[in-house]
Amino acid sequence: MATAAETRKRTGKTREASVDQQLLLQAYRDMLLIRRFEEKAGQLYGMGLIGGFCHLYIGQEAVVVGMQMALSQGDEVITSYRDHGHMLATGMDPRGVMAELTGRSGGYSHGKGGSMHMFSKEKNFFGGHGIVGAQVSLGTGLAFSNWYRGNDRVAVTYFGEGASNQGQVFESFNLAALMKLPAIYVIENNKYGMGTHVERASASRDLSKNGVPWNIPSIRVDGMDVVAMKEAGDQAVAHCRGGKGPFLIEAETYRYRGHSMSDPARYRTREEIQTMRTQHDPIDGARHRLEAQGVEESVFKQIDDEVKAQVQEAADFAQSSAEPDERELWTDVLLEN
Amino acid sequence: MSTQILMPALSPTMTEGKLSRWLKHVGDEVRAGDVIAEIETDKATMEVEAVDEGKLAQILVDEGTDGVAVNTPIAVLAANGEAVSEAPSPKREAPATTKPAPGQSTRGVAAEAEDSRAIAERSAQGQRKPAVEAAPAPEKDWGPSKPITVREALRDALALELRRDDKVFLIGEEVAQYQGAYKISQGLLDEFGPKRVIDTPITEHGFTGMAVGAALNGLKPIVEFMTFNFAMQAMDQIINSAAKTLYMSGGQMGCPIVFRGPNGAAARVAAQHSQCYASWYAHVPGLKVVAPWSSADAKGLLRAAIRDPNPVIVLENEILYGQTFDCPTDEEFIVPLGRAKIERVGQHVTIVAFSIMVGVAMKAAEALAEQGIEAEVINLRSLRPFDTATVIESVKKTNRIVSVEEGWPFAGTGAEVAMQVIEHAFDWLDAPPVRVHGVDVPLPYAANLEKLALPQPEWVVDAVKKIV
Repeated sequence: MATAAETRKRTGKTREASVDQQLLLQAYRDMLLIRRFEEKAGQLYGMGLIGGFCHLYIGQEAVVVGMQMALSQGDEVITSYRDHGHMLATGMDPRGVMAELTGRSGGYSHGKGGSMHMFSKEKNFFGGHGIVGAQVSLGTGLAFSNWYRGNDRVAVTYFGEGASNQGQVFESFNLAALMKLPAIYVIENNKYGMGTHVERASASRDLSKNGVPWNIPSIRVDGMDVVAMKEAGDQAVAHCRGGKGPFLIEAETYRYRGHSMSDPARYRTREEIQTMRTQHDPIDGARHRLEAQGVEESVFKQIDDEVKAQVQEAADFAQSSAEPDERELWTDVLLEN
Repeated sequence: MSTQILMPALSPTMTEGKLSRWLKHVGDEVRAGDVIAEIETDKATMEVEAVDEGKLAQILVDEGTDGVAVNTPIAVLAANGEAVSEAPSPKREAPATTKPAPGQSTRGVAAEAEDSRAIAERSAQGQRKPAVEAAPAPEKDWGPSKPITVREALRDALALELRRDDKVFLIGEEVAQYQGAYKISQGLLDEFGPKRVIDTPITEHGFTGMAVGAALNGLKPIVEFMTFNFAMQAMDQIINSAAKTLYMSGGQMGCPIVFRGPNGAAARVAAQHSQCYASWYAHVPGLKVVAPWSSADAKGLLRAAIRDPNPVIVLENEILYGQTFDCPTDEEFIVPLGRAKIERVGQHVTIVAFSIMVGVAMKAAEALAEQGIEAEVINLRSLRPFDTATVIESVKKTNRIVSVEEGWPFAGTGAEVAMQVIEHAFDWLDAPPVRVHGVDVPLPYAANLEKLALPQPEWVVDAVKKIV
């Protein structure tokens, strides 16, 4: 496994120039919101308030926050079932997301989708998909619709390194390259597809090269570094908006928690997790960078307090929002003509 | 302020567990994310991570304790700076094995079963299934008609809708430059160009998913499958993405898309290329399914399918493509989804069929008429929504029903037709419902065997004579 430092060396840049202090503070806040939100979700799950499958994004925050900084209003985003971070990053209301997790009427899907199936037309967030790899074809379709309409939007499709072996991923690469679709594919390589290490699942040793047969340009980036992610995103967006077809990013990242809540994560050592946590944590990394720029403790304290309050408000809302009306069972199956 | 640490649920089914080990001790500093204890669930030994920061002030459940109910306080965390001794010592609120009170939120399996039963009971009180509606008003008279082939009817429908709405596009294998594997899209590339009529590589899973994504983003794709046999490669995108997203998104994200192509047996192409998918798709809430027989069905239903805001499956038939029927010439001609059509009026028996089997039923009806039996033939046209009213009204008149389908019998469309009649017109039946269907084997290649496997008019005549 390449460490963040090694990856940084390979991509060969220092990361200070493209992100000013204000933006980095915003990134810090956005990542912290995801972290605290996910911790709270884990807690509510433990209390029995969230059911079913619940896949937490803790550890991977820099990937989506960095990418989002490179996007513009109107660009589409789609991902898999590890989706809470993506929703918060696209600006969806934490209260609506948490209330969906608790299966309440105030949730984005009125309680009918749950953790893995949430959408926001307003924020151009297209889910939230529970079938591994399905979102890659769908995301290609979002890019297709931009191509069809002749606008300059790009569609970002996130998927894990586990999904990267699905046949439809390669079908999508072929279609996007053939039609020159403005599709940005982001492989979030967190090393484990459920319990299987990437080296036991993929004969491809460098997933960023998985688009090579279709001449899809790519970059492998330290996904624990929000600035590196933002720069990779900038490069991808410039390529796609320029009408040059799809772009592939492999973000090397790590999830601290199990695959889902019921995963004891026995397939990796505690030392491995601790090393990532203590030496490569994306939030600590951003904070150290800001501290080196002279940002004072009181600023962090204020952000921490605000984020904590925001998450608490979401948790309160998610518990006080009513369960969906029983009539909801029968609605939204078909649209009226 | 101190916080209680509660016994967490660590799997969807866990209601209690064993607190096997404490990894932190009273007085230890705890950071969010630190592992504080190990718990044995019904599935595995799991680590419990702290959510809050602070100092471990009290341990309320000793390690080694079995049967600790979810949500029992197991420890107290004092906030940073707070003296440990100041933390209140809450009493253990409930004995470890206490079950949640009735009505209390729980994920126990029994409770779920209870919930489903309650829902089923409420459904039975009339929410689930509306009573059969009165038969709809007669269809509009569209005036003059002229004979055209089903192929021409489908092409006209595509051209008219492509002209009408620039969000509509046709995508599939060989639809553009080749002019369609079965020439349904003949001439469309010339008129609409390569952005509206799009050739794809042979990747059903990929291009179907791409089309569904485009539909979720507001376009109106028409996906042509060279045959529906190949759509099995794309089944996940049709069912899990196209049919379910509206529901899963709480009504936010519709999927206006048409999947069309030839379905069922063609001629001598054997098992993998000869299968009727009607009951597969009709099974799925969130889809609409139509199966045209005549040119008018084909043109009118395809136009309605393209305009519908939901995913619609249009099951065509290769053998019918070359057959000629009268079709209204009115530019606005359209057939509403969900409406069956009485093709022949009779009083002795109702024969229900769809797609190519309507022709078989009509031939059977002629043969029966020669023997003094007047059959009423209903062309279902739509399989979902199903026009229960028209079928039931006919059965109340004839008191007998025979369903005809090309597909297999088990869990087939005929089974659903029979059940609809039993649910809504049992007391009107003078004989048990009868099914005519394809033989329950993969379709063979040999000419004689193929003929033996597919319903013939004589089979329908024999079926009718059993009950009349």
